[in-house]
Amino acid sequence: MLPDHLPDHSVGVVTSQTVTIEQPLKLACGVVLPTHELVYETYGELNGERNNAVLICHALSGDHHAAGYYETEDRPGWWDHYIGPGKPIDTNHFFVVCLNNIGSCFGSTGPMSINAETGEPWGASFPSLRARDWVESQKLLMEYLSIECWAAVIGGSLGGMQAMRWSLEHPNKLLNAVVIASSMKLTAQNIAFNEIARRAIKSDPDFCNGSYLQEQKAPLRGLALARMIGHVTYLSDELMGQKFGRELRIGDLVDRNADPVEFQVESYLNYQGDKFSDSFDANSYILITKMLDYFDLSREYDNDPVAAFKQARCNFLVMSFSSDWRFAPQRSREITDALLAAGKSVSYVEIESDKGHDAFLLPNDRYEQALKNYLARVAQQLTGDAR
Amino acid sequence: MSQDYNFISDWVKPQSKVLDLGCGDGSLLADLQRQRGILGYGLEIDPQSINQCISKGINVIEQDLNKGLTNFADDSFDTVVMTQALQAMRYPHLVLDEMLRIGQQCIITFPNFGYWRTRAYLNFRGRMPVTKQLAYQWYDTPNIHFFTYKDFESLCYERQIEVVHRECLAESFVDRKLKAIWPNLFTQTAVYHLSR
Repeated sequence: MLPDHLPDHSVGVVTSQTVTIEQPLKLACGVVLPTHELVYETYGELNGERNNAVLICHALSGDHHAAGYYETEDRPGWWDHYIGPGKPIDTNHFFVVCLNNIGSCFGSTGPMSINAETGEPWGASFPSLRARDWVESQKLLMEYLSIECWAAVIGGSLGGMQAMRWSLEHPNKLLNAVVIASSMKLTAQNIAFNEIARRAIKSDPDFCNGSYLQEQKAPLRGLALARMIGHVTYLSDELMGQKFGRELRIGDLVDRNADPVEFQVESYLNYQGDKFSDSFDANSYILITKMLDYFDLSREYDNDPVAAFKQARCNFLVMSFSSDWRFAPQRSREITDALLAAGKSVSYVEIESDKGHDAFLLPNDRYEQALKNYLARVAQQLTGDAR
Repeated sequence: MSQDYNFISDWVKPQSKVLDLGCGDGSLLADLQRQRGILGYGLEIDPQSINQCISKGINVIEQDLNKGLTNFADDSFDTVVMTQALQAMRYPHLVLDEMLRIGQQCIITFPNFGYWRTRAYLNFRGRMPVTKQLAYQWYDTPNIHFFTYKDFESLCYERQIEVVHRECLAESFVDRKLKAIWPNLFTQTAVYHLSR
């Protein structure tokens, strides 16, 4: 249930909207989606010049509910700490758009949707996706909303990949790209973790080769395991040590007869895994982790990131977190160095944090301040106040 | 020390690419952007300074100069600037080499430890000088290499660095008159324009 008092600086109670995009979307794999549905939310007001729109790009498991509260839930959207009146992504100045991307499982067209050609859910046969497909779909939503140019495209992790892809594919359609805890391509270690997660899902007998919806089953154990592996990699060793240490939830290691023994961290991970498997779709997880693996910003630019970023026309803010080992600061440095060499406007901030990759979603004064200062400048420029 | 900047702006080509090492709040880059239309980037590690740069719309990169500048390609900038920071570097001579590798030319300002007031402080009080310009106690100072105008001249000579311009700055009228005759004694801040 909705809390009795909403916190200050909240965008308040929000509802999502659904649009059927009637234009065909040609995907990178060659498949054409004749129409597709997108679920999205908006916060703040679009101004008269229609130039204050900001696109939020979600990551692997994200959705369109970035900020505010639903009537029926007590927890706000996934990036509520950063979006709202007076917050870094300030809805007093910006019209914020966040959508659930295709291939995901929160209402937009994806593996759980019915394939009109077969009358069955797409399941594992949903076409393979690339980050650029999300960008193209976002561009169709942009046209539907009659937005000419984004004041900023902002995203963390896979979201940052979309922001970078926007800057290359549609250089005139955004003024700023904010790329947080991201990378120009995944490392072998990163791909390895994704493959372990996929294998966990596929090993669940209830996966049924991806046709579990038709079989009225759900690979909950496999998906939970996939999430547990992912979750460990999103946290830092330090943070897990602080949060759980070797605390026991059940049992006693001194008294040898007091079995079973359960560490707090086990209980936490199992809970996170189960919670996730109840809300996420296994085929979507496979699809989107592959999309992450395939992403390579400069593949079509002779593997030269500098040549790639020469296409861009927007300004960049790049941020990383010191304890993030899944998208390490070095990856953000590479983005920054390529932008520098390409002569683009870029600022880079490395935030001290013990929260690992998840830090981009969590409160952090320095992160907040850097984002706020950067976007305040963007807002000023929109109204022509900047010197 | 904003008077340093006037010379600097004259030595920077309009529309050129400038890297400022230890850019502080970004004032110098902001001036150069306004006066010369440069494309500027600053390197800085102080979080507050970084925030000030971001607010001004100055490109700022969080990077520790003491960890090297190997991420910058040879000749990737027209001008590399460092104001009042060389004395705080772990290896000033290597930083100087790096600056001249990355930039066609470089501009350096530093406090002259040979200035008469500093000398007098050490001479008469017998203690490490704490002055307006060098306002730290010896045990808690970022300034770990003190050197004089003369020291810097000889470093440039040894390393065959060309001094394109040098300007000696002093605040008081008398110092300004005398620095032409005895630069090492009457210069408070030295400003060098160097090239390979």
